[in-house]
Amino acid sequence: MLRVKAISSKSTQRAAMVFVWGAGAVTMLILLAIIGYVLVQGIPEIGWSFLTTKPEGGLSGDGGISTVIVSTIYLVGLTIAILLIPGIGAGIYLAEYAPDNRLTHIIRYGIETLAGIPSIVFGLFGFALFVTALHFRFSLLSGALTLVCLLLPTLIRTTEEAIKAVPRGHREGSLALGATKWQTIRHVVLPAALPGIVTGVILCVGRAIEETACLYVTLGGSAAMPTSLMSGGRTLSLHLFYLAMETNAFEKAMATGAVLILTIIIINTITNWLSYRYQVKMRGRLS
Amino acid sequence: MRSKILAKNLNFHYGKTQALKDINLEMEENHITALIGPSGCGKSTFLRTLNRMNDIIPGVKIEGEVILDDKNIYDKSIDVVELRKRVGMVFQQPNPFPKSIYDNVAFGPKMLGMKRLVNMDELVEKTLRQAALWDEVKDELKRSALTLSGGQQQRLCIARVLAVEPEVILMDEPCSALDPVATLKIEELMQKLKNDYTIVIVTHNMQQAARVSDCTGFFLLGELIEHGKTSDIFSRPKDKRTDDYITGRFG
Repeated sequence: MLRVKAISSKSTQRAAMVFVWGAGAVTMLILLAIIGYVLVQGIPEIGWSFLTTKPEGGLSGDGGISTVIVSTIYLVGLTIAILLIPGIGAGIYLAEYAPDNRLTHIIRYGIETLAGIPSIVFGLFGFALFVTALHFRFSLLSGALTLVCLLLPTLIRTTEEAIKAVPRGHREGSLALGATKWQTIRHVVLPAALPGIVTGVILCVGRAIEETACLYVTLGGSAAMPTSLMSGGRTLSLHLFYLAMETNAFEKAMATGAVLILTIIIINTITNWLSYRYQVKMRGRLS
Repeated sequence: MRSKILAKNLNFHYGKTQALKDINLEMEENHITALIGPSGCGKSTFLRTLNRMNDIIPGVKIEGEVILDDKNIYDKSIDVVELRKRVGMVFQQPNPFPKSIYDNVAFGPKMLGMKRLVNMDELVEKTLRQAALWDEVKDELKRSALTLSGGQQQRLCIARVLAVEPEVILMDEPCSALDPVATLKIEELMQKLKNDYTIVIVTHNMQQAARVSDCTGFFLLGELIEHGKTSDIFSRPKDKRTDDYITGRFG
């Protein structure tokens, strides 16, 4: 009996290993297949002229992506600039100041719900409020404000989590030295939570770059070089959508996709490097 | 001897539970007072009432008085920040900030706006010497405090408290996370510090209380059962429960 049990637990163990390995391998394969396919198809199309000429438009989809890159940078920069203070501020409030009562429960629940709403719904809201009611038209400003609405819940949550992860001992140590609550937050809690907050911000940058649906109805699709906040524009992902749906230039869509993927990879690498550096600095060793 | 802190009819409620019942205890200046008792007896809670660290926990109610010198620290006119500068605290788990050794010591003085009044380099050196840590760290003050050993971290936390020039130092089981050698260093340090400071220490370790303290208070289930000179408490306790505890019959 004992022997049977030993054998069966051994084979269960083996089966579990195979299953877990298999699941991991399948995930990796899918990931590599997608990224590999887009990069292989797209990279040959990428050249200096592709990056520095503007899209011609029309059915052929001729031209490059220069104005698209500029629009993307403007839009992401504007979004993050508007997003930072309310997002991080609300995160600090919820983590440090908000009393534990019904109201804050409702606020938290609302934030969680907002984080799960499809972006096209935010797009419609942005269209109704910014584009139409406030007369911002299809513009970088409308697009950025809509993205801010979309990303606020994410940044608030990541900031709150990062702050709550700071050990209580740090706070008590600071308060016990006679520091005020704000000094404690400013000089002890926030520095310790910074890697987490930065990660949240970068996550938002990534999502702003990827976002398509809500920009479709707020940013317009102008391929011209943006000149002001009120200019329309198209981001890389939006451009990809237009190329795929309205032109025959499938290889240009792939090239744009490749640029997008490479951008995301570069951003993630920089983030990892920064937080690694920060941890080394803070702890004098690796975690 | 002059009384430095005097708890008078102190009651402490946490929600519906009463964690401290009518505590009366005098802590003398330039003495080490040890608070002993089994887990959950209220000794740490009592310690934290002395610099109002319990204020940050929601749902607590405190009645009675804690007289520091001649003023009740629960009086409305008392500035909690000012109080905590006078009554410093060292915690059970060494909790240096994730900053350099230098910045850890300089943190308190900077927060209290002492920056312009003192030479910070001198102050850091002076307090690290006081905390018997200077010789070990003097060449690497810029190193992260988190790279120090547990015992060094705890001495750094003591230095951090000394830097704001308190009058009283509260220690909440400061050695329970340390090895015997590091513990011995902290105990030697306490003997040195009591010439200039009043120390109140919570400890789980009865030998430690017997070794380091001048006076001892024994807590049980939120009550102060007995207090007096350490030598008396450990050699001829008046209460049967104290006797049972110090002879290891429970706890």
